[in-house]
This record gives sequence, C-alpha cells and structure tokens, in this order.
Amino acid sequence: MQETTSVQIENCGKTFADGTQALEPINLSIEGGETVVLLGPSGCGKTTLLRIIAGLESPDKGGKILFNGENVTAKMIENRNVGMVFQSYALFPNMTVSENVGYGLKVRKMPARERETRIQEMLDMMQIHDLAERQIDQLSGGQRQRVALARAIAVRPRILLLDEPLTALDALLRDRLRMEIDALLRKLNITAIYVTHDQAEAMALGDRIVVMSKGKIAQVGTPREIYYRPQTDFVADFIGTINRLPGTEKLCRPEDIRIVAPDQASHVGVLAASQFLGDRTRLVLSGITEEDFIVEAPLRKDIPLGSDVPILIDDRFLIDPKAVGA
Amino acid sequence: MTLPLGVVFFAFFLLPMAQLVLVGASGEEGMSAYFSFLTKTRHLESTIATTLLSAGVTLVALAISTIVGLFLVRNRFPGRETLISLLTFPLAFPGVVIGFLIILLAGRQGLIGTMTKAVTGDKMVFAYSMLGLFLGYLYFSIPRVLLTIMATAEKLDISLEEAARSMGASQWRVIVDVILPALRPGLIASGAICFATSMGAFGTAFTLATNIDVLPMTIYTEFTLNANIAGAASLSIILGLITWIALFVARSLSGSTVAASG
Repeated sequence: MQETTSVQIENCGKTFADGTQALEPINLSIEGGETVVLLGPSGCGKTTLLRIIAGLESPDKGGKILFNGENVTAKMIENRNVGMVFQSYALFPNMTVSENVGYGLKVRKMPARERETRIQEMLDMMQIHDLAERQIDQLSGGQRQRVALARAIAVRPRILLLDEPLTALDALLRDRLRMEIDALLRKLNITAIYVTHDQAEAMALGDRIVVMSKGKIAQVGTPREIYYRPQTDFVADFIGTINRLPGTEKLCRPEDIRIVAPDQASHVGVLAASQFLGDRTRLVLSGITEEDFIVEAPLRKDIPLGSDVPILIDDRFLIDPKAVGA
Repeated sequence: MTLPLGVVFFAFFLLPMAQLVLVGASGEEGMSAYFSFLTKTRHLESTIATTLLSAGVTLVALAISTIVGLFLVRNRFPGRETLISLLTFPLAFPGVVIGFLIILLAGRQGLIGTMTKAVTGDKMVFAYSMLGLFLGYLYFSIPRVLLTIMATAEKLDISLEEAARSMGASQWRVIVDVILPALRPGLIASGAICFATSMGAFGTAFTLATNIDVLPMTIYTEFTLNANIAGAASLSIILGLITWIALFVARSLSGSTVAASG
C-alpha cells in the first residue's frame, strides 16, 4: 500500500469575482489516511473548500494548500494527482465503462498490458466486471457511481475527493453505496475528503466531521464529539434533533429522555403528535417549552393523543453548548 | 390529418420534383443530360469547384465558430451580449448585400486594394476570385454555425472536463477527448446546414462570380442565356442530390440529431 498523504489548509479564503465571500480564511489539518467529511447546508462553502483542495479554484491571496508539507497551491488540478468523484458522476459518455476507468491511465501513458490489468483490478474491486463493455447510458445511477469511483482510484491518487457522491441516488441505494464507500476507504487507507449535506452520511463515513456554516468552520470533531458535544447552537441543530430545556441554555437529545411513572417525572408534557418509526416512536410533546419537545423511545403500545406524558431528563445527558471543549 | 398532409406533400414536393426530373430529361440528350456534370467539362468543373468551396467553407466556419462559441459561452465580460448580436447580424443580409460587402473590402475600389497600393504600389483585388467567394460564404455561414455550437456548448457538463483534468489530462487532451465529442452533434448538424447553404447560395455568387463558375450560377446561365432548360433542370437535380447526400451522411453519423439541433 502506498504512503498516505496529509493535507494542510492554511488561511484559505475565497472571494468570487462578484465580491461575494464564499469562504472566510480557514485553517484545517488532515492526517494521511484520514476520512474527513465537510458537512453543512448548501451555500456554506464546503464545495468551494473541496475545489480549492482539488486545485479547481485558487484560494484568495495568502491561502496555501500543502500535501505532505509540499506547497501545491500553484499547481493546477492536473498536476496534483487527486481523484475526484462528482454528484453528477461525470462519466465520459463517448467511452465504455472500461475506457472510462482506464482514461487516467491512458493519459499517464501506462503500457496497454499493465493498464488492462489495473482496469480489471478496479472493476473487480467495485464489482462491476459484467459492465466492462457497456456504454454509460446503459447504466443505472448506482452503477454509474461505482464506475466513477473505480475511475477515480484507478490512477492511485494521493487523495480522494468526493463531492456529494450519493445525493443523486435513492435512499435504499444510498445506504448500500455508503457502506461500500466506507469499506473501500478503509481498505485503500487513502486520505479522503467527502462533501455532503446529509448528517447521517457524515456520521457513518467520517473519522472527523468539519461542520461548516456561512463560509466558516463551526466545529471540527469526531462524529461522537459533534453529536454529543456541539459547541454552537447551529451545530446542535444541524446534527440530529435537539431539545432546548426550559429556563436554561442546556440541550438534550430526544433518545436520552425516558418516559417514566408520574411520580418520577421531572417534566410532564401533553402528546401533540406521534410517529411510529418501527424501532422507536417519535413523540412530540407540548407544554414543556415554547417549541415542540421531541422524545424518542421504543414503545410497544400507542399513547393516545392529548394524554399526559411524564418524562425524566437525566442531568448526565444534558448538553451545554457554552462549555467549549467539555 | 394524413389527407391534407398528403395533398401538401404531393402538391409542393412530389409534383415539382417530378416535373423537374422530367424537364431535365426532356432535352436532346434525354436522360444522359443527368450525366452532363460528368461529361461536359464546364459542368464538371463547376460541380467540383462548388463542392470543394462548400466543403472548405464548412470546415473553416466550424473551426472558427467552435473556438469563438466556446469562448463566448465560457466567459462573461462587458459587451458580451452586444458582441453576440453583432456576430449574428449577417443572418439578415441577402446574398447580394454580402457580395457587395466583399466588393467594398476586396474589390477594385476596395479597402484592401487601397491599402496594398499605398504600401506596396500594387493593388490587391480578390473580390471576384474564389477567395472572395470563400470569404463571402464564410461571412454568412459563421452566424448560423456559431448559434448552433453555442447552444450545444451551453449544455456541456463542466464536471466532465474537471474529471478529465483530475486524472491528469492536459488542456489539449480535454478538448480532444471531452469537449469535441460532446459538441459532435452540434458540429455535424451545423456543418451539414452550412454545406447545404453554401452549395445553393446564389445571391453572393451572382454578385461576385463573374469569372468563376459555381453550380447555382451555371444553372442560371444555362437557363437564361443558353435557354438550355433541360441542362439547368438536370444540374438542379445534381445540386440537390449532392446536398441531400451530405445531409444524409451527417444524419447517419449523428443519429437523428441533425433535425433536432439544426
């Protein structure tokens, strides 16, 4: 397995020609072999940051990108040796699956026999061997993204950049391919930067998650840190569902709240709505705070709407966004 | 629905065509009039010259329009809209006006003539040569080709080019491997239209082609001066056939996109 590549982002901002600032100058260090997910709503600057790392955009003056300590800021994408996977797949429609996978190898003038071996290896790895001679328009969305992945890793890039690769797929396929990508990244031990707006995807894939908002980094941390110790209201709101406790700044996750006997309750709410989700039931309670209060619990029986629901909020599970680094 | 369509098709297409074919064969030579473009030196030369001229104009118009079209689609700058509308301005001109413009440029009293006389002492005049005709045809072909290519280029998926570049492809390889294949339907469609228009262009030829023969002029001369109605009709059919074959080849090269994007 090849040596891994670390990525340093130093002071990289981006102001577009029309004056809008897509990215405020940010700093971020990514270790070799690490999978980092850039997560945020659309327009938060995550794609711009990915494109700067790729070499498709250049950062504002003063910004630097280092690969393993080597300054690559002035290098164009074609000289950075990165693999890219796009939301739109970006497969060449005038080439077959094999030709797509082998394109980067052909560009690098790899001898035909060696190229053929590598293409076979990639097709096997992505389990798309049967599709080798197909035209791109004969493939389903899931198959296309597998081809795109095979094509991106065929050239053995230093880092792999994925821009919302699963967004165009339907839910079931998205879950399957997400697991495949996860397995692939572990197997290749390649530095990967993955952009998404889907927090479930971010939690499942990322060694670390970089939550972004309005061109800034809101928080960097492992999925657990991001989920259980959000440092800002934005992060708390964006990742999962969260309740604000009455009278305090403290927050609480719906699954950490227990439904108890009336004499043990810390709060009592009135059931406004309930959704049976199979493994758990989501209860919407009113009367505890101004907003809806969400409780998730595995319930075997239906609770009638309008009835009182006594709940217990354990102090241990309270989240205090003000306690930075808690 | 089919009956009115059939009547129109019969009255405006089949009937005149059949008439033209019959007239073409009505002369002293009969059916062999159709081979006059091979047997009569003048007709043969005219056919070859016209086909070569049209092919040349098509290739050059495609090359220029592809470069200009891609640039205009990819770049936003002040005055872009004005430039595009200026470039498409010649669309409205009849061929005679275009011929007139070429005379103003390269005629005996033309701009180039005056300039070359001032510099070298010799007056350069090429308005009435093949070169003048070529420039005139190019002038009215570029707007048509440009508009089609721009429409195709607008739809290009930029991420395809970015993907190619991420794999190490140079600018040149991106053009050859990604951009040109994606533009292909537009190139074939507009090229076919350009070729057909050049083959049949009359106004410009009428103004400029005093010493040279192109098919529409030959037809005109046979018809009006020589009263060789059969010859004119047969040449018309030949002209139509060559153009039709070109369109047919273009169509089969690009699937059925010629009509769609042309």
